[in-house]
Amino acid sequence: METPNLNYVREISGGDKDFEASMLSILKAEFPLEFLTLKKNFENNNFEQVSLDIHKIKHKISMLGMKKSFELASELERNIKNGDLEQYNKFVDVLNRINVYLNTK
Amino acid sequence: MNCIIVDDDATARLVIKQLCKQTELLVKEEFSSAIDAIKYLNSNTVEIVFLDIHMPTFSGFDFIKTLKTSPKIILTTSDKEFALEAFEYDSVVDYLLKPIKLNRFLKSIEKLSKIKNKTNKENLKTENQDYIFVNVDKRLIKINIPEILLIEAKGDYINIKTEKKNFIVHSTLKKVDKKLPSNTFMRIHRSYIINTDKIIDIQDNSVLIQKHVIPISRSHKSALIEKLNLL
Repeated sequence: METPNLNYVREISGGDKDFEASMLSILKAEFPLEFLTLKKNFENNNFEQVSLDIHKIKHKISMLGMKKSFELASELERNIKNGDLEQYNKFVDVLNRINVYLNTK
Repeated sequence: MNCIIVDDDATARLVIKQLCKQTELLVKEEFSSAIDAIKYLNSNTVEIVFLDIHMPTFSGFDFIKTLKTSPKIILTTSDKEFALEAFEYDSVVDYLLKPIKLNRFLKSIEKLSKIKNKTNKENLKTENQDYIFVNVDKRLIKINIPEILLIEAKGDYINIKTEKKNFIVHSTLKKVDKKLPSNTFMRIHRSYIINTDKIIDIQDNSVLIQKHVIPISRSHKSALIEKLNLL
């Protein structure tokens, strides 16, 4: 099972600790809200919007080094617009994992 | 070189700012909305725009189509599928996939520097010449560039006003602008290019050159003021 990490953030920081702290702080502030919005839109069957929400959250997934989850997000982003919800629960599991990880940071 | 960043995602903007820090690039502003960035570019000049393609309500491609000036654009996106469309735009010089790696970013900046150097050399070639030839009534007439006061668009023609006489030429302001040195000649209105060395005074929204009063459009005013040797 893929786990989130901060390798990419450290890689591009060039040792800049302020940058690393700012990035973590934005991730911790924005991620739970974006996750919540996505779930609400899903509950309201607003799948066009869920697709946009997935797109937005996708960048964070890629920054956390989760390549397979990023692919899953891209697939769901395309399919959910056509009402194909098959991967949704799997995707929510990924987002839950990220949430737990960010809470420990 | 200076740049702005346009991306609705704060983490994406922060990444690009951090990558810029590791180059000579100066980030002048960052925008979460493409519309705010367009407003900024209407009165400010930048060399590079880092532009996210996928933004709500107004996409990166809409942004490029709306721009009046054309800074170099580096597109940033999480999706590969837009690459073909991206290079249909002349102003797009590169396409960076997120998450952007430092090495790939540095390559992109190197590519930009090469383009800039090439353009500078071409400009220098033009700026070293102090005359142009124009076609008037089937005769090619030499005009000394420093003697040009202003050029006015008149339908399919332009009127080149010099200190001695006027020349009506079948051409456009866009074409003649490319032949004139950018350090002294400037577009200040949809219908006018002026020689800034010949300005006598500027009042409100007009410029006086000899006896000619030329309007300055709002979008060009700040660039003109920036160019003046203001005390």
